[in-house]
Amino acid sequence: MASSSWLLMRRSRALIHHKNFSFYSLFSSSSSSSCSSSSPFMKKPQAESAGYSNDYSSSSAHHHFRFLRRFESTKAEAAQLELQHDVTDDDDDNHRAIDFPGGKVAFTSEMRFISEASQKRVPCYRVLDDNGMAMEYRNYVQISKEMAVKMYSDMVTLQTMDSIFYEVQRQGRISFYVTSMGEEAVNIGSAAALSSDDIILPQYREPGVLLWRGFTLQQFVDQLFGNTSDLGKGRQMPIHYGSNKHNYFTVSSPIATQLPQAVGAAYSLKMDGKSACAVTYFGDGSTSEGDFHAGLNFAAVMDAPVIFICRNNGWAISTPVEEQFRSDGVVVKGQAYGIWSIRVDGNDALAVYSAVHTAREIAIKEKRPVLIEALTYRVGHHSTSDDSTKYRPIDEIEYWKMERNPVNRFKRWVERNGWWNDSNESELRSRVRKQLMQAIQVAEKAQKPPLEDMFNDVYDRLPSNLEEQEKVLREIVKKHPEDYPSDVPL
Amino acid sequence: MERDPRVCVMGEDVGHYGGSYKVTKGLAEKYGDLRVLDTPIAENSFTGMGIGAAMTGLRPIVEGMNMGFLLLAFNQISNNCGMLHYTSGGQFTIPIVIRGPGGVGRQLGAEHSQRLESYFQSIPGIQMVACSTPYNAKGLMKAAIRSENPVILFEHVLLYNLKERIPDEEYVLSLEEAEMVRPGEHVTILTYSRMRYHVMQAAKTLVNKGYDPEVIDIRSLKPFDLYTIGCSVKKTHRVLIVEECMRTGGIGASLTAAITENFHDYLDAPIVCLSSQDVPTPYAGTLEEWTVVQPAQIVTAVEQLCQ
Repeated sequence: MASSSWLLMRRSRALIHHKNFSFYSLFSSSSSSSCSSSSPFMKKPQAESAGYSNDYSSSSAHHHFRFLRRFESTKAEAAQLELQHDVTDDDDDNHRAIDFPGGKVAFTSEMRFISEASQKRVPCYRVLDDNGMAMEYRNYVQISKEMAVKMYSDMVTLQTMDSIFYEVQRQGRISFYVTSMGEEAVNIGSAAALSSDDIILPQYREPGVLLWRGFTLQQFVDQLFGNTSDLGKGRQMPIHYGSNKHNYFTVSSPIATQLPQAVGAAYSLKMDGKSACAVTYFGDGSTSEGDFHAGLNFAAVMDAPVIFICRNNGWAISTPVEEQFRSDGVVVKGQAYGIWSIRVDGNDALAVYSAVHTAREIAIKEKRPVLIEALTYRVGHHSTSDDSTKYRPIDEIEYWKMERNPVNRFKRWVERNGWWNDSNESELRSRVRKQLMQAIQVAEKAQKPPLEDMFNDVYDRLPSNLEEQEKVLREIVKKHPEDYPSDVPL
Repeated sequence: MERDPRVCVMGEDVGHYGGSYKVTKGLAEKYGDLRVLDTPIAENSFTGMGIGAAMTGLRPIVEGMNMGFLLLAFNQISNNCGMLHYTSGGQFTIPIVIRGPGGVGRQLGAEHSQRLESYFQSIPGIQMVACSTPYNAKGLMKAAIRSENPVILFEHVLLYNLKERIPDEEYVLSLEEAEMVRPGEHVTILTYSRMRYHVMQAAKTLVNKGYDPEVIDIRSLKPFDLYTIGCSVKKTHRVLIVEECMRTGGIGASLTAAITENFHDYLDAPIVCLSSQDVPTPYAGTLEEWTVVQPAQIVTAVEQLCQ
């Protein structure tokens, strides 16, 4: 598949939505279903695949073990690579290499520009095909029945949460909401592969990670309504969850600011010698921010154990990825900063799980960052303030919502293993729905945080100027009680 | 750094180079590369990194090579540093210290002569202090490191060479207190950082002319120590503010507003504020000298105020 025709199709948006075009076949199982034997990480193609490419010949029982073993040897492999590229004095002529700050570099009399894109796009790691069948030659980290069922249940819960909360906003009961529809596999698949000690620095489309860690439905709803039980004390807009107990940093609206912060958190973990890493999520749009570039660069230079997970969902509000960057997605940027990177089918929960699981081991054992680009699709609107049908066709949205649904795909795999059936399904969905309704009722009736919460926590203790400002405000409220909301205690 | 293993330093060239003004000299040798971290050149990012580290339990000190460069870190300082304790409901604290040399130097050019305190003073959630002597530099630095709030410590490019005898033992100054430099009766002169020295020079002249100025180094730029300032105003009834900030939107402007609001009845004359002009700092030495308030101007201002 020539790269130029691919670019042509992606740039012409009208063609994308034409189902008969073969572009989306790149994602389906019929085309190159696995990585070629020349791994994208290798500088020179090797006869034997190395690094993290697929291994065709191993049986499933040894997969997990092989993963670890192969990964243990990356340092040796890396050293070998160094030797191959290192032009030593043993070479025929020492004139072949020149010394510069940064190391020795071979020179060539051929003036050759590196093309802006390689011939082939970086292939995408996937385990399940569109029907939830594990593909014939596959390499993934095994999961138990309990894990699979929890993963699936949480994906369904996230889906249900999203649809109900979106409606609640439409009914005017909360002011704002952001769904993660279509990205359930990225959320839950990645969360499941991490430990509770790993520090999460989210963007805002990853509530599934918090859900996995045990944040209750009531806690989610309390934050949306900004009532007195909200951990954030009603100070932030909806979906800006945060819980230090769950190692989930409070969501902050500006894009990509969490990336350098992740490096700082990883730095702190490194100082403490903890066996944990920092994990940060961001979208395709974030990769344009300066913080993305500096964050990756810093992580590489400082050997920080960070996992950078990019949810490339195709859209940054109304900006499609073709207008966001010209590179082959986000994964190719990893090497530019000296970072191990992988492209994953973000709608394949098992692939996401495996990739994050392995990335975590790399990050912690080798104290280095890893970049994961999870290709997915933003099924919902950017937020409740957006109507995406204004800039993309409805049938494109429908296609990704139905045929490429990550939850259904994983469901088929779980069912095929005999771990889930229709009665589990209906029981789960109705239970979650009921719990959410109850939680909403409780949250809606609850009081809002008191007036004093407007002034405390700005600093560790209330300073005199804020004390005075609070006093002034209380006097105003006393003078005009009819203008003051009834559900905010004084 | 010796007392608390969580304290660490990060910034450009702070490690083996010892910092652009040698503030961190010797620390990398003593505490290692990890605790004294050299970062690539991306102010927004290493400030963000400091914030992430602080939220995870460390106590970082972020150095801006020149305060002016921290304009690039404004997003992290304003949106995250100042806000995250509040928006997380108090769950995450950010005990970070952001420090660096600022102010007008000797022909450093406009971009390296910024007074960032004007721009930062509005950010809720942060504290700002300015040191001016070796004694208060040590005390304020210690207080800033131990504070649970994010603190921006403003040093001045021209004050690094000052020498003073200071106590060996540990002492910590208050981040919210002003310093009484010279008690007096006739007029209250409020100043901070390098202008303190211009004021004291002017004070000598004023004393010879028979005036008795009270000089207060406000030190705490956010919040103002209105107690000390207020007591002084009630005594002298006349206020002169001498600052290096520009006329518009500087510390002087806020201080004028605060004093007028709170102590209006005690003033016998309108507050006079001497500041730099609203121009980028010129490179030419003579011009640069006249963008900064000079002792002669201070003397004239006091004379007029006390008429």
